[in-house]
Amino acid sequence: MKKFVGVLLLIVLFSMGCRKKDDPKPPVTNPPSLSLSFKNMVGSDTLTLETASYKNAHGDTFNVSMYKYYISNIVLTKEDGTTFTDTNGYYLVDAEKPLSREIKINNIASGSYTKIQFLVGVDSIRNVSGAQTGALDPFYGMFWDWNSGYIMAKLEGTSPQSPNVSKQFVYHIGGFNGPDNVLKTVELSFPNKAVVVSSSHTVIQINSDILEWFKTPSTVSIFNFPGAMNGGKPARTLSDNYADMFTVQSVTTTIE
Amino acid sequence: MYMMMVVALGLYACHPDPVVEAAKEIQFEIPKGWPQPVYQFENNPLTVEGFELGKKLFFDTRLSRTNTISCGTCHQQFSAFAQIGHDVSHGVDDKIGIRNSPPLFNLNWHTRFFWDGGVNHLEVQPINPIQNPVEMDENFGNIIQKLKNDADYPKRFAAVFGNDSITSQRILKTLAQFMGMLVSSHSKYDKYMRQEAGGEMTTAELNGLQIFRNHCAACHKEPLFSDFSFRNNGLKPSVVNDSGRGHVTLQPSDMYLFKVPSLRNLLYTSPYMHDGRFSTLEAVLNHYATGIYSSATLDPLLSNGINLTPQERKDLLAFLQTLNDEEFIRNKRFQEQR
Repeated sequence: MKKFVGVLLLIVLFSMGCRKKDDPKPPVTNPPSLSLSFKNMVGSDTLTLETASYKNAHGDTFNVSMYKYYISNIVLTKEDGTTFTDTNGYYLVDAEKPLSREIKINNIASGSYTKIQFLVGVDSIRNVSGAQTGALDPFYGMFWDWNSGYIMAKLEGTSPQSPNVSKQFVYHIGGFNGPDNVLKTVELSFPNKAVVVSSSHTVIQINSDILEWFKTPSTVSIFNFPGAMNGGKPARTLSDNYADMFTVQSVTTTIE
Repeated sequence: MYMMMVVALGLYACHPDPVVEAAKEIQFEIPKGWPQPVYQFENNPLTVEGFELGKKLFFDTRLSRTNTISCGTCHQQFSAFAQIGHDVSHGVDDKIGIRNSPPLFNLNWHTRFFWDGGVNHLEVQPINPIQNPVEMDENFGNIIQKLKNDADYPKRFAAVFGNDSITSQRILKTLAQFMGMLVSSHSKYDKYMRQEAGGEMTTAELNGLQIFRNHCAACHKEPLFSDFSFRNNGLKPSVVNDSGRGHVTLQPSDMYLFKVPSLRNLLYTSPYMHDGRFSTLEAVLNHYATGIYSSATLDPLLSNGINLTPQERKDLLAFLQTLNDEEFIRNKRFQEQR
């Protein structure tokens, strides 16, 4: 009997010992969440890959077979001027992968946000720091293996105006160094405050307009400009053009 | 006894995850008198398991599309991890490239990689030959699949990283551990400099060292025997018209510049130059004496060539032989395990 009680006691002790130390009841409110939702446009049309035909500012007809860009170094500014930084967040938006267009910002702090800033591309530090993972995995074909560094954005398609036999145009925009730097910091104000509180879910919809690649400050003719694959001036021209392609379309907050 | 057993069981029950044994750390040794290396395994803790996994990957032909070419195919230890007798290397389906595969040693001191310096970090160097259509022509998606299906690899990755996930980053970091450990610092010259046994130089070798310091050391800086800069050393462009560094930077001033190679282990690394055009050191010295091709980007140090008397030449060649490191090319630690 004594032995039996001892065993029983031990079992009780075990089950207590295995329980996590302080396991308070979960809080009744959930932490807030905030997502960026990227929508790829060509002028006023939602981008349709391959099949849809579009016209650029130069009057060239084209379609799009690939459209990808990196978004990183996201900073959200509150109305009091303080900021929230999405540390180590690197995201590859790929028109072919709908899920990649939704970027969830981890551990967003509560506050009333009025604007967002981000980098189109990958900052220079990550370009010189060796093997990376996640969205920066070279597996995604966004890393130049012959001239180290990330391709910040890619646009490929076909156009009857292309001088190439294949009628392709291929824009791979890379370069992070000195005069060849194509990194663009985009800052966008919100049309209305994003009020982030417990249990709230905020979605910031950001449009990117491919037509901007072809205009302002330089009008790009696909005949004269069928490829940008090596950095340098062609990449700079196109990145100067696309620097203003993003707009915040809406900011919506729902509370659970 | 009974209590102890119960306590042990209790402890076991509270730790459902088996504890993976920590990988064994390796201390990277900087040879005496050498500068600090550029790459010091930051964010890539050097371990026995990591080094061994990197070595296995280095010699694994599954890193190529056809499963026939490994890193070790064009970088052989007996050739100081170059490929002796090949001006340019053969990749998958016997395709040939345009450059002479460089030897691999003392890589942690390099500021940039490849003859044109296109790559900026040791860890991302292998991406190029792996993906290059005339070298291994493979992609990481396929490689990871092949390694996952292997009986041994998942365990090896777990031993290094704590779990068996296989990613391009892990492959590249372990390859960097193997490549970074390839240190060649036991030539006769090294022993002479460290005043160790075996470092006794002959008069001819010592004369040669002086000639080297007078005529060559500005670019081939001791103790690595390169300053790792990019220079046009007066080679007439071949039909390939390889513009070297210029192709990478797009700067006219960089046209036909190539990385200054180390002069260590020359005995094992013939032929010489970025395109392997010279098969002997005599031919190299002839080039510097009378073969300099003048062009806009020719290095000013070579505008008058390098003129040596026959005796100086002989002594210089004698000195260059003291830079061969037989211990390095025979080091069992770097050998493929079969």
